[in-house]
Amino acid sequence: MKKTLVLQIKSLSVTFPSESGTVNAVRNVSLDIFPGEVLGVVGESGSGKSVLSLSTIGLLPNSARVSGEILLDGKNLLQLSDQEMSKHRGRDIAMVFQDPLSALNPVQTIGHQIAEALLIHQEISYDDALKRAGELLDEMRIPRPFERVKSYPHEFSGGMRQRVMIALAIANAPKIILADEPSTALDVTVQAQVLELLKRASQLTGAAVVLVTHDMGVVAGLADRIAIMYAGKIVEEGPIEKVFENPAMPYTIGLIRSIPRVDESEKRRLVSIAGSPPSPVALPPGCAFAPRCPAYTEICDSKVPDLEAFEGDRSVACLRKDEIAGLVSAGRLYPTEVTKGHVKSTSDVKLLEVSNLSKSFPLLKGNVFRRRVGSVYAVDKISFTLEQGKCLAIVGESGCGKTTTLLEVMNLVAPENGRIVVFGKNVSELSKSERLAIRKDLQIVFQDPFASLDPRLPIGEAIMEPMEVFSVSKSEQLTRMQELLELVGLNPAHANRFPSEFSGGQRQRIVIARALALNPKILILDEPVSALDVSVRAGVLNLLAELQEKLGISYLFVSHDLAVVQHVADYVAVMYLGSIVESGAVAQVFNSPHHPYTKALLSAVPIPDPKVEKSRERIILEGELPSPINPPSGCRFHNRCFVTKARSETDQAKCASERPELRIVEGAEVSCHFPLLK
Amino acid sequence: MGFIAKRFANFLLLVIIATTAGYLLAASALNPRENFLGRNPPVPENTINSILTQVNMNDQDPVLQRYGTWVGGVVKGDLGKTIFSESVNEEFKNRIWVSFRLLILGSILGAVFGVLIGVISAVRQYKFFDRTFGYSSYIILSTPVFLIAILLKFFAVFINEKLGFTLFYTVGLNTPEISGFELFVNSLQHMILPTLSLTLGGIAFYSRWQRNSMLDVLGSDHLRTARAKGLTKRQALFKHGLRVAVLPMATFFAYSFGLLIAGAAFTESIFGWYGMGEWFIRAVNTNDINSVSAIVLFTAILVLFAGFLADVLTAALDPRVRIR
Repeated sequence: MKKTLVLQIKSLSVTFPSESGTVNAVRNVSLDIFPGEVLGVVGESGSGKSVLSLSTIGLLPNSARVSGEILLDGKNLLQLSDQEMSKHRGRDIAMVFQDPLSALNPVQTIGHQIAEALLIHQEISYDDALKRAGELLDEMRIPRPFERVKSYPHEFSGGMRQRVMIALAIANAPKIILADEPSTALDVTVQAQVLELLKRASQLTGAAVVLVTHDMGVVAGLADRIAIMYAGKIVEEGPIEKVFENPAMPYTIGLIRSIPRVDESEKRRLVSIAGSPPSPVALPPGCAFAPRCPAYTEICDSKVPDLEAFEGDRSVACLRKDEIAGLVSAGRLYPTEVTKGHVKSTSDVKLLEVSNLSKSFPLLKGNVFRRRVGSVYAVDKISFTLEQGKCLAIVGESGCGKTTTLLEVMNLVAPENGRIVVFGKNVSELSKSERLAIRKDLQIVFQDPFASLDPRLPIGEAIMEPMEVFSVSKSEQLTRMQELLELVGLNPAHANRFPSEFSGGQRQRIVIARALALNPKILILDEPVSALDVSVRAGVLNLLAELQEKLGISYLFVSHDLAVVQHVADYVAVMYLGSIVESGAVAQVFNSPHHPYTKALLSAVPIPDPKVEKSRERIILEGELPSPINPPSGCRFHNRCFVTKARSETDQAKCASERPELRIVEGAEVSCHFPLLK
Repeated sequence: MGFIAKRFANFLLLVIIATTAGYLLAASALNPRENFLGRNPPVPENTINSILTQVNMNDQDPVLQRYGTWVGGVVKGDLGKTIFSESVNEEFKNRIWVSFRLLILGSILGAVFGVLIGVISAVRQYKFFDRTFGYSSYIILSTPVFLIAILLKFFAVFINEKLGFTLFYTVGLNTPEISGFELFVNSLQHMILPTLSLTLGGIAFYSRWQRNSMLDVLGSDHLRTARAKGLTKRQALFKHGLRVAVLPMATFFAYSFGLLIAGAAFTESIFGWYGMGEWFIRAVNTNDINSVSAIVLFTAILVLFAGFLADVLTAALDPRVRIR
């Protein structure tokens, strides 16, 4: 049964010259793409997945050196000139890029840009092309498509622009659609919509989709086949169910087990892969994964493993591939800790109490004399408490006010409205010295470890800096710094190195060590793992769990990633447009959500398991987050709510006019007129 | 429309503020009386006073009163008298055309070639073209204008000698007592050098900015999208890259042209073109308050008009700033 191929990549290698040596971005990759299939290409940053897709469409930067073959209908695309290749681009191979905000020309209308794509490859008039552009927008479920063709990109939200990008990609009914992280820059509920449309696009045109992503959950729901890339090579490839169920390459095994899942009921330690991906300039001599591999033996350094057939329709690049399954079942690879080493020391002492907190920003108008014309409520009357030794997570999509909440707490001054009580003291009554003393016990870890360390300060000094502020003696600082480095799993001998010598995961550990320097009682974590690669994320999450057990500190955790929250938090508060819509114990809220938004949010999170992901019912919310400048009346969620739509008109009117108060429903606090019950 | 009217009212206010400040500064810093002192035979005090009063520059009158008189004239379109009792309006009319002739061409050429060279430099980054024009630009930018002008003169004289006839004229607008086609060609020959000296500076300056802005666009995602649609590199560059890259330059062009009109003093002086810049220097030297004020007024109007133009231009090119 030999199927025809749409595209065949044969031993493709791409290198870039750089000052520190040759960058091996893609190494000897061969890949077949069949008509109509969805192929997921998964890898961490630097794994070469984007370079692979760019070489397929012939848009690599000029400095790239490419060898191998990419065959489309028997024609080697790599030998074509820019002029010849541009005849295939858009017509045979189309691409959807990651960042929809910058991917469209800001000074031309949406309709013109789609029409242009049609005019390049088809003999039609401009008016017809514009009409077709409207039809394409309609197919991508953009409301009022024939008016919207006249809009400019800045008049569209991110999710809408990504729909335009997909419309652009299918305009000429291509054979292949390359989608490079198409949903990464989007919010969860919007991501679900866009992925649905990508599926629809492939069904409409019969095109094969190559879905390039770092998110195992996204591929699990969409792909038929998966190829996993590591350090420029495909290390495992095969039908998605088989690979997820029974991964054969140690990297794949580690990767799949390292991902927290939102549908997990029991808390476990994640499997974490030691170390971080190798630099593409200095690759190990044999298997690139060898230095991190738990199944490493000396033969792994002897040669670079080829991608070889495995169990029929799969292939694996591992020199010990036949032994791995045995090692796994014997529990020799990535043993999972069944029980936790320690029990968290917790108490009912309330460290942080926030009640009715509001924060608004002025809305200004006028260019010479600016005047206030209104207020935007970023945070609107929210309340929560954090107990000693517990972790409270605030979740929500971008713009819901979660970061503003953190900053208000960190400010330690009287809020605009409401009350913040830290360690039993009301912040509005603090003296200057008391405020400084409280800062010691309230530390923060930011999202981006690359931006939150001074590049010119050795990490040891960065860690000692907070102690310097509180005039700890120099010798004490030194011993404490060494302790801290050890505590977060770094070598104390590296204290005099600069941040640039560390990987993202290591930097985040340094930032955590710095935050812990003064023995804080509360650690505020603002998206601490979202900037990290999948395989190092688990390590940092495990570290956070371990620190909590050892030190008994409390976390105020902010994240948009529900799987991570499910994994680390004890309590969760779900925010939507500045207010908390539901809060309670994590197990309770996640297992039986009462607020329709919570339910939709949970349903939108992709689960990295193709069986579960492909069979479950999903709730896909309509529309996008409304702007907080102009929030909907009544219940803020009513215009997107699927519950209210199914109810009687009087109920609907109630949702649209009356703002629901928070009340206790089956043990959770919910602000909804018609909460979902068990 | 309301927007434009509001903008216009804004501009009017700014012009009034700028000119008032300009007049008061000139009236207090310049002392026209000095022109008549120390002469031999000495000019009688009464005569000085009557001359100064006649041209509204007598420092014995309160400055606000003089300002009032001046404004009264300006509103009626009369810019007053120069220190030599001639009409400022006449002087202005003569000089403005001299400056425009020189500057319009110089500015346009500088902008067009600057943009062109900037774009090509960006596309051929670090290649021979980029490096050559890069270094040349730095040399030109770091050389004072008067030095460039004088070097050009030397160069022209050298060429003229080699050729055996005068191709380039180095001083003045045209040779007197000729007419018709001959005058036209002769004027062009006079124009080449001063225009070149302005154009060179313009090219050097604009090309650096344009190169930067083009490089940003070259690396932008939307240009990549354009190519993914099937446009070749060149097509993508012209259809999508150029307009976005010129956008930030529009404001820049407008303002620098506005400022240049009265700012090409060195070039005008060296090549013997009696334009606005040259007038300004002369007016300051001769304590000619009314002429200085007229130039300030003119410059203020021009700069604000340029700003207005820049706004309109940007709005035309960039839908993101249009007012709905």
